[in-house]
Amino acid sequence: MAEIKKFMYLNRRAPYGTIYAWESLEVVLIGAAFDQEVSLMFVDDGVYQIVKGSDTSESDMKNFMPTYRTLGDYGVRHMFVDQASLDARGLTKDDLIQVEWEDWETEEEIDNIVEAVDSQRFKELMSQSDVVFSF
Amino acid sequence: MKLAVQVNEGPYQHQASDTAFHFTKAALEKGHEVFRVFFYHDGVLNGTRLTTPPQDDRHVVNRWVELAEKHDLDLVLCVAAAQRRGLVDDGEAERNGKDATNIADKFRISGLGQLVEAAIQSDRLVVFGD
Repeated sequence: MAEIKKFMYLNRRAPYGTIYAWESLEVVLIGAAFDQEVSLMFVDDGVYQIVKGSDTSESDMKNFMPTYRTLGDYGVRHMFVDQASLDARGLTKDDLIQVEWEDWETEEEIDNIVEAVDSQRFKELMSQSDVVFSF
Repeated sequence: MKLAVQVNEGPYQHQASDTAFHFTKAALEKGHEVFRVFFYHDGVLNGTRLTTPPQDDRHVVNRWVELAEKHDLDLVLCVAAAQRRGLVDDGEAERNGKDATNIADKFRISGLGQLVEAAIQSDRLVVFGD
């Protein structure tokens, strides 16, 4: 499969309460084997998926937050967050986890691939994607 | 056009599977190719042959089966989602020591790679869900 497509995983829901966030993450992990150009976008309650410091110890739910931090190793190049969704929930970028990325071939390193974007940029990113997986 | 369809919700509770079905049927009748229909999340529940709706209601599962028979459609249930929700074929029953199967004819269980491959191979991925 020589063709490389721009994949966007659109995460719209809170991390717990429904299984969408976790099963979206499973697609990202499996999809890494296909070497596509991968971005994640967090919007609406989806922004809670990457708020740091979540604790599931009293709810008997598996805490999959650590998995997000490893996404740089799974070929994820960008994690975009909708600024308006953060604003509406009283969150700032400081509330979010940081995710490192490194190109193993060129050794290029980026400290944090999490980036807040405004609605206009969000729209552009979606329309530039070849495939949008909506969860 | 070559299409891939993803169904994210189960039958009856949500209309997503109905809409996906009508979309897929219309696309095929217009002469488009449907590379694969991939069922994810509760969408895997569209693939159990044990479904028994009231007689005056549509049969969501059988409708997919009939469409697949007519157009040689590839209907795939995600294995991880299927295992969580108790959707079982012969292979899964044997692997996981289950005493029964419930998968409907024409459906098969396979990995998430089938979804990613469908997205790569098709001109459009069309997602149905909430």
